[in-house]
Amino acid sequence: MSQTRRDWLLSDAPQTRRQARLGAIYQGWLTFRANKLAMFGLIILVILIFTAIFAPWIAPQNPFSQDLGGRLAPPSAEHFLGTDALGRDILSRLIHGARITLFIVGTVALIAPIIGLFIGTVAGFAGGWLDQVLMRITDIFLAFPKLILALAFVAALGASIGNAVLALALTAWPPYARLARAETLTIRNADYIAAARLQGAGPMRLLIRHIWPLCISSLIVRVALDMAGIILSAAGLGFLGLGAQPPMPEWGAMISDGRTYILDFWWVAAMPGLAIFIVSLSFNLLGDGLRDVLDPKGGKE
Amino acid sequence: MTDPLLSVRDLRVAFPTRQGVFEAVRGVSFDLGRERLGVVGESGSGKSMTGRAILGLVRPPGRVTADRMDLDGQPILNLPERKMRKIRGSRISMVMQDPKFSLNPVMSIGDQIIEAYRLHAGGGKDSGRQKALDMLNAVQIRDPERVMQAYPHEVSGGMGQRIMIAMMLAPDPEILIADEPTSALDVSVRTEVLNIMDRLVTDRGMGLIFISHDLNLVAQFCDRVLIMYAGRVVETLTAKNLHDARHPYTQGLLNSLPRLDAPTSRLPVLQRQDSWRDADTITESLETEFPGGL
Amino acid sequence: MLKIEHLDVWFGLPPDRVDAVKDAGFNVTAGESFGLVGESGSGKSTILRAIAGLVDSWTGRIEVDGQQLEGHRRDRDFYRSVQMVFQDPYASLHPRHSVDAVLSEALKLQGMDDIDGRIPQLLDDVGLGRGFRFRYPHQLSGGQRQRVAIARALAGQPRLLLLDEPTSALDVSVQAEILNLLTDLRAEHGLTYLMVSHDLAVIGHMCDRLAVMQHGRIVETMDVAALRRGAGRQDYTRHLIAASSGYRRD
Repeated sequence: MSQTRRDWLLSDAPQTRRQARLGAIYQGWLTFRANKLAMFGLIILVILIFTAIFAPWIAPQNPFSQDLGGRLAPPSAEHFLGTDALGRDILSRLIHGARITLFIVGTVALIAPIIGLFIGTVAGFAGGWLDQVLMRITDIFLAFPKLILALAFVAALGASIGNAVLALALTAWPPYARLARAETLTIRNADYIAAARLQGAGPMRLLIRHIWPLCISSLIVRVALDMAGIILSAAGLGFLGLGAQPPMPEWGAMISDGRTYILDFWWVAAMPGLAIFIVSLSFNLLGDGLRDVLDPKGGKE
Repeated sequence: MTDPLLSVRDLRVAFPTRQGVFEAVRGVSFDLGRERLGVVGESGSGKSMTGRAILGLVRPPGRVTADRMDLDGQPILNLPERKMRKIRGSRISMVMQDPKFSLNPVMSIGDQIIEAYRLHAGGGKDSGRQKALDMLNAVQIRDPERVMQAYPHEVSGGMGQRIMIAMMLAPDPEILIADEPTSALDVSVRTEVLNIMDRLVTDRGMGLIFISHDLNLVAQFCDRVLIMYAGRVVETLTAKNLHDARHPYTQGLLNSLPRLDAPTSRLPVLQRQDSWRDADTITESLETEFPGGL
Repeated sequence: MLKIEHLDVWFGLPPDRVDAVKDAGFNVTAGESFGLVGESGSGKSTILRAIAGLVDSWTGRIEVDGQQLEGHRRDRDFYRSVQMVFQDPYASLHPRHSVDAVLSEALKLQGMDDIDGRIPQLLDDVGLGRGFRFRYPHQLSGGQRQRVAIARALAGQPRLLLLDEPTSALDVSVQAEILNLLTDLRAEHGLTYLMVSHDLAVIGHMCDRLAVMQHGRIVETMDVAALRRGAGRQDYTRHLIAASSGYRRD
């Protein structure tokens, strides 16, 4: 039975729209699954999402409850990862912090590539003065160091997690716009676009139905690979006190809290650092795997 | 054919895929003397893969196996890359379909030929330069001094292909493998390029493997032809007798070509038979060309 | 059906301006099959692209069905009556669109009704089974892709098909199948063809009349009988016919 379902999915002659679509997804899944490291990354991320959803039930203690008597306790049976300067359980704070990390990453990953995709494809497809204007704006954004620009945004808008996300998204889109424009330039003159034009397809239809589907895959790969950088930037903002405000258990802010004690009580800074490292790494691995699946240039033949 | 330059027996190239192992070449055998050997087939017949396998250019995960693959009696099958590199270029050369992709765009043409020559034959810059000029003369480039200075984007397709041939021939190889060398060229340029290759084979006693999809061209240009289908040689014959081919596949290919001298309203369509995949090679004469081989 | 006079097409601006077509002119009557032959860079494909509205830098007169065309804007009626088949079937189908998506988009854009009923009809017309409907381009061979491209061109029931080297990327046996298909479709639907090829034998098989092009100019216009006899009036035509007949050792 499982063998026949596999054949049905891998069929070269699908009978229905649904079978064709599922078959394509299944092919992609098989390619992805063959990449062991990417699978590892995916598993870590699934665990992270799971943790974020069920944080209140998983976390052994309240992440905000202070215990000044037990402050800076080393990892023990009571506190698996020790406690911080206010005696809060680090493990519980990390678990709740997963929600914030996912929120930041998810929102930035949604906003930045969409802005980039839109600006890049419109510039590449329209050409002429519109291309010039949009690309010069992109260049201006690219000319500033990302974190400095984000700092300026947050300083102007006020320090909060929402503004930090907005600032990161607003500084992260230019590379996506460049990527999308470059892809669009190669696609624009393809015969299949000419053929669609000859059917009477207007520019909006060409952009949305023909050009976007081809740009999106490379953008997704790029986003997954950039995810680590976004987490680190968010942590950086948190570290500088411009992101999440205390007592929110944001990982970057937690490192910042721990830096005063880093020599004597290493776990306070090291544990959130380790969490950032693992999640960043798994996003990178995932991105690699997605490239195998989605990148039209690699592994098609 | 007492002393073949290249002798291949039961050559196989296999690629693992999700649906199992795919054999692109399934038991190809032939001997190459000092002659023009045409290899003809449609896309996917394994003709290009055969050429690549001889040069050790099949990339992993592709696997090449053979009972025998000898160059002048020396086995060259699956040699380590370092040794293969010595053979490639100096003893066996390859000319590809499109010169645009085979020449280095940021190096002048003269430098590329000199480098190709010195890499294999050694020698000083001056002797390399002289050799490059000789080679460009040999492929009938009129103003070799000027062409030496030029960059690949500054020359036409036909010129580029002649330069490729000059480059490949600089180290005096014994065998030239030409994979669709004229398909990207216009008909009038094609004749010139073929003339050059023809003269080089005759004058230097080189062996030429001419891979092509163009039956008529191969019939007119080569001495002997192998017809490939689905990774096997289905028929071998003398090129001038190509039009008396006996294999239904060869006949079908010939018939499906539109002809100016014989107009028809419909072209005969090739009906492929499963039995062709595994049938024996049809050879012209009754005595088997490969005793004990097939 | 199609009338072209004093057509000039160029690319780029001076000093880099390239004149791809110079003062070209010919007529194609309804139901006729007209060929354009020449070597690469002779401007034969450029003429097709100018007619189709894929090039806007041209001057002269292009008339389709008595309607004079301008620039690169074409109206809906034009797209319904004129369609094009491209040279490379690997580049002319969107890699992420299934056959079904390609054909239903074409039908929708051409304002056809009963799309679900017409797709199998189109697939039958081009000799593909209905089982091909939900395949993606990577699941098709070159010949099958070209059949899909032809089906897409036929979706709006056009009267003039522009064929840009429709078989030069295909194997000879597949070429024979596609040429036969084009012959049949022309008879069934009463189509007019304007076909570009570098292969004189293909033009000789498919066309009634042809124009020989060199360096952007039409060297001469002749009928196929003259081509078969090798009776070109111009040196270049005779040279081209001789070179196409194959290789002769000198």
